[in-house]
Amino acid sequence: MEPVLAIFVGLLFTTAIYLMTSRHTIRILMGVAVLGNGVNLLIFTSGRLTRDVPPIIPAGLDAPLIPIANPLPQALILTAIVISFSFFAFLLVLGFRAYQELATDDSRDMRLAEPADDPLPPLGY
Amino acid sequence: MRTLIFRTVAPYLSTLMIVFSIFVLLRGHNEPGGGFIGGLIAASALAIYGIASGVAPVRRAIYFHPMNIAAFGVVLGAVAGVVSIFVGVPFMTGLWIYPVIFGVEVPLSTVLFFDIGVYFAVVGTIGSIALALEERDEI
Amino acid sequence: MAGPSEAAIDYSRAFVMEPLALADWLVIAPVPYCLIAGALLMMLRKNAELQAKAAIIGLIGLFVLCGALLAHVVENGPVTMTMGRWLPPFGISFTVDVLGAILAVTASIVAVACAIYAAEDVDTTGRRYGFFSFLFLMMAGVIGAFVTGDIFNLYVWFEVLLIASFGLQVLGSEDRQIDGATKYAFLNLIATTMFLVATGYLYGVFGTLNMADIAAQTRTIDDARPLYTLAALYLFAFGMKAAAFPVSFWLPASYHTPKVVVSALFAGLLTKVGIYALARTLLMLFPDQRDAFADVIAWAAMLTMLLGAFGALAQTDYRRLLGYLVVSGIGIMLAGIALATVEALSAAIFYALHSMVVMTALYVASGIAARIGKSFSMNDLGGLYRSNVLFAAMSLVLFFSVSGLPPFSGFWPKAMLVRASLDASASGLATIILLTGFLTTIAVGRVWAHAYWKPAPETMGTPAAAQMKMTSLLPLLALVALTVGFGVFPETLLQLSDSAAAGLLDPSAYIQSVFPAEGAVN
Repeated sequence: MEPVLAIFVGLLFTTAIYLMTSRHTIRILMGVAVLGNGVNLLIFTSGRLTRDVPPIIPAGLDAPLIPIANPLPQALILTAIVISFSFFAFLLVLGFRAYQELATDDSRDMRLAEPADDPLPPLGY
Repeated sequence: MRTLIFRTVAPYLSTLMIVFSIFVLLRGHNEPGGGFIGGLIAASALAIYGIASGVAPVRRAIYFHPMNIAAFGVVLGAVAGVVSIFVGVPFMTGLWIYPVIFGVEVPLSTVLFFDIGVYFAVVGTIGSIALALEERDEI
Repeated sequence: MAGPSEAAIDYSRAFVMEPLALADWLVIAPVPYCLIAGALLMMLRKNAELQAKAAIIGLIGLFVLCGALLAHVVENGPVTMTMGRWLPPFGISFTVDVLGAILAVTASIVAVACAIYAAEDVDTTGRRYGFFSFLFLMMAGVIGAFVTGDIFNLYVWFEVLLIASFGLQVLGSEDRQIDGATKYAFLNLIATTMFLVATGYLYGVFGTLNMADIAAQTRTIDDARPLYTLAALYLFAFGMKAAAFPVSFWLPASYHTPKVVVSALFAGLLTKVGIYALARTLLMLFPDQRDAFADVIAWAAMLTMLLGAFGALAQTDYRRLLGYLVVSGIGIMLAGIALATVEALSAAIFYALHSMVVMTALYVASGIAARIGKSFSMNDLGGLYRSNVLFAAMSLVLFFSVSGLPPFSGFWPKAMLVRASLDASASGLATIILLTGFLTTIAVGRVWAHAYWKPAPETMGTPAAAQMKMTSLLPLLALVALTVGFGVFPETLLQLSDSAAAGLLDPSAYIQSVFPAEGAVN
């Protein structure tokens, strides 16, 4: 299974990087979202895939009776999902605000912070 | 979105979801569930109520500002971790007490309070984002 | 759940059984302290007056905690606390060595100075929005990153400080800020995602996330080939966070857009967290791989320095110029990592501390200059020297310090780095360091000549603000005193940075602090 998922992770990364090379913020945002999913899958795969049961210890016991799936990658992915979800929400709002205020989603036209017609530095005094 | 049916059902649906979120929160120690998912359910209850009857009634209903709820959750979670300083064990160690209330043994732990903190933090932040977005729609 | 009836289980196989000394709580204390303080301020944000006072007092408390932590670490070597009593590497360890502690102390000093400045700079709207809460949240992230001993936990703290910095960045929501914040947010998110990619691979290779465990394993691993990929990914991710050359362009595009006090905080804290993480991963976790990449890092360092210096020369705007100076300082720290001898690293750490103080102070100075002159542009500023001599004198000290001129704190690390690079026969690096110092002197000399020395242009109006209250100069005064103090009496700091550098290059004390039993064998 690992090679298949590894190739799929590669596909997701490729898509993400292709999208992120765009000049439009919305596409970059999509790229970031795809990249986040790719990373989650990557962590999942690098935790080794097994066909075991969920890592829940039955009531009244202190240790699982049969081999269980590795819970750590799941915890990592959960954390990563939460974080990437909140960042996605923030970036979506930010991108929308930028589109409203700056009237463009083309990063090449976002020159308010670094104006193209910046006055030259003073040459003498 | 504000059809009659939706407006009539939404308060009951939200109430049910809040109750369910508390159930999910409490069963989360040993079984699937917990503060995060419970908080998400509660926040979506607030969002549904907001869509149906406007944001102002929601804000009145929860009384506190959502960010204050989130901050309270963070304080609760952090304090639940710090309690272990009094027992001489590291930060975030789970401590249990078993008080008997009305003849029933109730296991209480710092883990539970941490989870409740997570619940409030999630309700607060997600609820605040959802309500802010809905307010934008109303204008 | 572990009921009382199950006491027969042998807990010592899973739990830390030794009772914990109260002093060990210093390792973790700053982090929950910041979180609780920030949350309480968030609940009290209606009361704008109280906010500033409480925040300043709270941050002074943070400084005391960090100072106590540093004293504890200097006395006892690296200290570890593992969350939830689980034995490392299963629990999340917080491990502090001298490097982490000294950076945490400096970060808290910077935060105190910024909070005092913010008391005047941030209006009621900004406070209601939660400026001070975000400040505490960011401090939790910064200090958490400095004290954690777990690489995934480091990622979490990066995200905490990032989300707090987003909140601070858009405070005020002017159009320029939205523009700057867009670039800042997207590129930093990509950098942290690369960090996560690397951490995913790292977990796949080692099966552990505890940094001490990894550091012990990399030195004995059979197949070291995957480690080169890991080291390259970390180099890229943290290089981007720190604003190293090919991936540095987000910094000058965004650091001048938020409020001055926010820029000051960012310049003092955020890029240094990137440098810290780079040093921690490349030097402690992947030393052999770093040797292989040494040339790449050296080139990145040289180009970063030159980009920063030339960029600063080309600017008209006071704050944008400072953004480029931050970048050029990053190059100098990278040079230390590229050489990786004790002397070079010690210089890089010293320079990081110097840069935290001085860059924050320079941004604060630019804010005060703009308050007097109503502009950040050198075309419109002028006559600052005549309107407030004390302020001008302090700015001059900072200009000397950032260029690395002798009596101030920038001089020692640069001198040490030049000597270290000549010892390592890297004369190119030495040349570039000296050239950058020279170019920086010219760049800040231009600011001095235009903004401070030349007569005030008519457009500036009468310098009514010249009668500035002493309190608004207080944070600047404190930071300037610090840079003078570091410069005149560098011995203590040099000792600390030497031991921090030694601890990075030979992590056996760090490992022993996490795994007491195994460390004895090594």
